[in-house]
Amino acid sequence: LIYCYRKPKTKRAKRFLEKREPKLNENTKNAMLIRGGNANLTVTAVLKDIYAVKKPFAVLYKKKNITRPFEDQTSLEFFSKKSDCSLFLFGSHNKKRPNNLIIGRMFDYHVLDMIELGVEKFVSLKDVKNSKCPEGTKPMLIFAGDVFDVNEEYRRLKSLLIDFFRGPTVPSIRLAGLEYVLHFTAVDGKIYMRSYKVLLKKSGCKIPRIELEEMGPSLDLVMRRTHLASDDLYKLSLKQPKALKPKKKKNISHDVFGTTYGRIHMQKQDLSKLQTRKMKGLKKRPAEKLAEDGGATPKKSKSV
Amino acid sequence: MAAVRVEAVLAAAEEQEAEKRRSITVEKELELEFDLGNLLALDRNPPPAAALRGAGPRREALLQALARDNTQLLMSRLWELPAERAGGAGGPLVARLPEPTFRLPREKPPPRPRPPTRWEQFARLKGIRRRKKTSLVWDEQAKEWRRRWGYRRAGGDPARAWLAEVPAGADPEEDQFARLRREKRERVARNELNRLRNLARAHRAGSAVPAAPLHPTGHQDREELRRVARVARVSTASLGRFQPRLPKEPAEPPSRSGGKKRRFEPLLGNLAAERSRQLELLRDMGSKKPVLDITRAVNKQMRQEEAEAAAHKGKKQSQRGKRGRRQQRPGRSGKKSGARRQQKQQKPAGGGTGG
Repeated sequence: LIYCYRKPKTKRAKRFLEKREPKLNENTKNAMLIRGGNANLTVTAVLKDIYAVKKPFAVLYKKKNITRPFEDQTSLEFFSKKSDCSLFLFGSHNKKRPNNLIIGRMFDYHVLDMIELGVEKFVSLKDVKNSKCPEGTKPMLIFAGDVFDVNEEYRRLKSLLIDFFRGPTVPSIRLAGLEYVLHFTAVDGKIYMRSYKVLLKKSGCKIPRIELEEMGPSLDLVMRRTHLASDDLYKLSLKQPKALKPKKKKNISHDVFGTTYGRIHMQKQDLSKLQTRKMKGLKKRPAEKLAEDGGATPKKSKSV
Repeated sequence: MAAVRVEAVLAAAEEQEAEKRRSITVEKELELEFDLGNLLALDRNPPPAAALRGAGPRREALLQALARDNTQLLMSRLWELPAERAGGAGGPLVARLPEPTFRLPREKPPPRPRPPTRWEQFARLKGIRRRKKTSLVWDEQAKEWRRRWGYRRAGGDPARAWLAEVPAGADPEEDQFARLRREKRERVARNELNRLRNLARAHRAGSAVPAAPLHPTGHQDREELRRVARVARVSTASLGRFQPRLPKEPAEPPSRSGGKKRRFEPLLGNLAAERSRQLELLRDMGSKKPVLDITRAVNKQMRQEEAEAAAHKGKKQSQRGKRGRRQQRPGRSGKKSGARRQQKQQKPAGGGTGG
């Protein structure tokens, strides 16, 4: 807003621009779901389901857009700038890459990472005839498989998926409202994404027993091409401003066992003049006091 | 008999407790990693690959079992968080989530602090602070509180002003209304010009900072990119002599050094210059004075200190006001005193390192 060459003339325009400018604490990332020129029914259904999961932080484009993200990223960047979305999911289909999904994110309106995934099996929200959870529920994300740590591409994919499905960052959450779970398993070069509804059952203790019910979209994905950002650009995007770093409280230290230690700085004290508790029994009796003084204490004489 | 029954009862109770706890405990080889701020759990255990190979309901059941175990662990952690009742005693149980720890890239680069405008610099120097103005002003004519500017403002609509006084000493033939309109236009234009100048200054100052990154940010202008491209071309071992050019790229103007890395004077050329150079060298070698010019060094140091002090003062100005400017540090002017001060400082430093 401060760098605008054209100052906004209305309050509404000003609010609009303020929402889009870079901030210390950023907004929740929006996702744009785009259909390619040759998208088929499966891919369209996938996009629609993901839109239902990600509402209201997603935009589903109705028309088909004939672009190839891996060759030319300018149209994606243009869309990102217009709709202020930093995540995108692009669906297409051709003979060489059937049921193709390109999931990606942007940094500063330029493409940061893009990963192409192929959908092998898809079960939609409509096909599973169970009760669903309300729209906009913050999902719990679970990644299973050591591949997500070992392989660099899988690590980026994990980061991308967390970014995509995370939802808004909240300071506190209603425990009974934790209903939605997205579980990703990486096995044998395939990634299984399953969504479950959480049912809390009584157990003897405070913590309830969890039972899961299949709900929502489930995808079998296979990784195809990737376009990952270079290391230094990725590091640049991870950089957080200093103001956000949690302030260290001075003079407080913690033990290995969890004990908190505090340090108090005191001035020099004259220990002989300290005010302590008076113990009547230990008080010096007048006889003892006389003996200590070694002489008669001068008694005040009343003047007439 | 009673003892046996008591024992039996206790054993049964233990059994029940264990049963209950078993229903929520999950055995895993490796501990999961949790990021409760993001409601995230990472399971490093390799899943049973052989069992998951065959497609069908068995795979779904296995995946569901795995998911159930992981979700149970995550929920146990979430339930252990400090919880409170939101909205009074009857409200829902709400857990306070910690900060998310998983590092995710930002959407946009962090905002850069903008350099102060010309007015802001002046205000800081003079110690002028912003005064909060009231939003409503008392209008005598209308006898009510009206807003300071905008719709139905306190002074009446300026467009409807039917009287414009001719100021003393002005041309009686001049059109006052036209003059007022012209002056307003000029004021607006000047304001806009100053705003654009401030913006340009900020842009220039901002672009001076990231001189290092040679990767394209997408927000660089043509000149900057050209500069960066030239730097990249010349930073080869042969100083860019054999770098291929793009078809439409203009040819580089011949550089002063002629593409050579070192410059040597011709062997037989300027005799006078060679002689003077040699004599100067001998003089410097023979003289007892140090080559470091103390006065110049001192002046440089003092100027640096002055600049820092001014910046520091500028920060404190806004609190102290005009008072701060009148107070000056004594004995700051003059080369001699500065030089003396520098020498005094040097001696203890020498003494300190020697002793």
